[in-house]
Amino acid sequence: MSVVRDAATIARRNMIRIRRVPEVMVFVLVQPLMFVLLFAYVFGGSIDIPGGSYREFLIAGIFAQTVVFGATFTASGLAEDVQKGLINRFRSLPMSRSAVVAGRTASDVVYNALSVVIMSAAGLAVGWRIRGSVLDAVVAYALLLFFSYSFSWVMACLGLMVPTPEVVNNATFIVLFPMTFIANTFVPSDNLPGILRTIAEWNPVSTLTHAVRVRFGNLPAGTPEPTSWPLQNAMLYSLAWAVLLIVVFAPIATRLYQRTDKR
Amino acid sequence: MLAVATPMPRRLPPVVDSSAVRGSAGLAVEATGIVKRYGEVTALDGLDLAVPAGTVLGLLGPNGAGKTTAVSVLTTLIKPDSGRALVAGVDVVAEPQRVRALIGLSGQYAAVDEHLTATENLEMIGCLYGMRRREARKRADDLIERFRLTDAANRPLKTFSGGMRRRIDLAGALLADPPVLFLDEPTTGLDPRSRGELWDAIRDRVAGGTTVVLTTQYLEEADQLANEIVVIDHGRAIARGTSQELKRHVGGEHLDVHLARPGDIPRVEALVASVATGAVRVVVDEALVSVPVARGVDALASVLNEVRANNIEVVDIGLRRPTLDDVFMELTGHAAEESETNEATS
Repeated sequence: MSVVRDAATIARRNMIRIRRVPEVMVFVLVQPLMFVLLFAYVFGGSIDIPGGSYREFLIAGIFAQTVVFGATFTASGLAEDVQKGLINRFRSLPMSRSAVVAGRTASDVVYNALSVVIMSAAGLAVGWRIRGSVLDAVVAYALLLFFSYSFSWVMACLGLMVPTPEVVNNATFIVLFPMTFIANTFVPSDNLPGILRTIAEWNPVSTLTHAVRVRFGNLPAGTPEPTSWPLQNAMLYSLAWAVLLIVVFAPIATRLYQRTDKR
Repeated sequence: MLAVATPMPRRLPPVVDSSAVRGSAGLAVEATGIVKRYGEVTALDGLDLAVPAGTVLGLLGPNGAGKTTAVSVLTTLIKPDSGRALVAGVDVVAEPQRVRALIGLSGQYAAVDEHLTATENLEMIGCLYGMRRREARKRADDLIERFRLTDAANRPLKTFSGGMRRRIDLAGALLADPPVLFLDEPTTGLDPRSRGELWDAIRDRVAGGTTVVLTTQYLEEADQLANEIVVIDHGRAIARGTSQELKRHVGGEHLDVHLARPGDIPRVEALVASVATGAVRVVVDEALVSVPVARGVDALASVLNEVRANNIEVVDIGLRRPTLDDVFMELTGHAAEESETNEATS
C-alpha cells in the first residue's frame, strides 16, 4: 500500500528531526518532566486526597494533559512545513495524498510515547506506583496514546489552516488550557462548583484521566463510584471520542492538505 | 538527442516509448487559455504556452506577473479556474497524479528540509517518487557528487550556503530523471558564480533531452538558457519569441551614456532626445541614460559633441545591441526589476 510506504517515509523524516531540533527535545522531554516535578512538589503538599496520596492521584492527570498538549505538535509541525514550502514539494510528488498527514500523526505518537516514558520515570521517582496488573497498565498507556493520536488529527486540520506556526500556540493554548483544567486532572471533579462539575464530568480529558487512573490502581481505596455516566463508562466514552475525532477530522485534514498552497 | 528520459514508474506502467510522454506535435507542455483568480485579483488571465520537448522555455516577468501561479497550475499545485493544460501529454486537472510522476519541481517555495542532511533530503524525495530506498540513496549520492557537495553530504542543510541549498533543491527535482522540469526562479538571490554553476547543471539536463520551464526575473538568465521566451505581465503573455527575435522587435542599436554625476541626467536626457527613436531609459543609481537610436555612429558622434560642448563629464559612452531589459521596457513601459508590485499573485 503506497499510503503506508509514503507515510512511513514522512514519519522517518520527522523522527530524524527529533534529534536535530532542540525545541522538540525541550517540548517532548523536558516540559513533561518539569510538570511532574512542579505539581508533585508545589501542589503536592496542599492538595489533600482523602485516603490516598496526591502524587499518586496526580500522575494520570499529568499524563492526560501532556498527551493532549503533545498533539499540538502535529499542528505546529504541519504549519511549519506549509510555511517552509515543504508541503508544496510533497504535493508536487507522485505520493499518496494522505501520507503527509498520516505520517505526521504517526510520528507524533512516538513523540508522545517518549514524553510518557519520561513522565513515568519521573513519577516513579517521586513515589507514584502502578498498582494494577501489567495488562491494565498496558491498556492505560495504549489508551493515552490512542487518544493523543486521535486528537492529532484535529490538530492537523488546525496546522493546515493557520497562516503561521506561531499562531498554533496561541490558538491551542486558550482552548486546551481550560479543557485540561476543567477536569479531574489535578483535583477531584466532585469538589468543583455546579456547572463546572458537569462540564468536567463530560469532558473527555476527565474520562481519559479517570480510566487511566483506575487501570493504574491510583484511586484511593474507598473512593465512591462516580455518579455521572461518562465517568462510569470512562474507557468506552474516551474511546468513542477518539474514534469520532478520527472519523470526522482525518478526511478533513486530507482535503485541507490537498488544497494547501503556500503563496 | 531529444528523446525524453523514462521517468520512474509509479503505479503506472513504465513509459518506454518516449513519444508517449509528449503531447500533440511533440509538445512537452501545452497550456491554453489558463485563467486563475484569487478573489478580485486575476493572477492568470488567459495564458497560452507551448513548449516543444527537449527545449527550454523562459517565463519572464516582474514580481506579481503570474509566473509562479503559472508554474503552480502546470505542476498540479493549484487548479485553474478555466483553460486546459497538458504536461507530457497528460491533463494536469484530470490526471494530476500521473503528471506528478513525470515532472520535477524546484523553486523558491518548493523547499527542502533544513534539519535533514543533503543525503537524507534526497533519499526521502526518491522514496516519495516510488523508488526503493537503496535506489533512492544511490541516485542521491550520484547527484551530490555531480554537484560537488560530497564533503557536505552529511550536514544538515541549515549549515549550507544559499548556493549549496539551491543545488540540493535542484537535485531534488532531478532525482527521478523526470522528462519535464519546472524551475521557479532557480537562481534568485545567488551570487554570479553559484548562478553559473546552476546554469551549467540545467544545460546538462537539457542536453540529455529534458524539457525545462524556467521562470526568472533575470533577463540574462532567460537569455542564457531559454530557446524561447514568453514575457508575462498581469497574467498574460505579452510577447514571445527567441531572445534574438525579441531584441529585433525592439530594433536597432542602443546608445548608453554613463555619467560621472547623476545630477547631469536631466540635461543629457534633453540632449539625446533629438536622436532617440523610442523611450529614453534612465537608471539613476548607475547615472545611466540609454536610448534606442537609428543611425548608430552618427547618433554617437552628435551626442558626444553636444556633451563635450556642454562640459558634461562622461565616464563611458557607446553603442550596443539591445538587451532583454530594453525589450521589457519597450513592452511593459516599466523596467523588469523596478516593478516590485503586490506579491499577491506570485
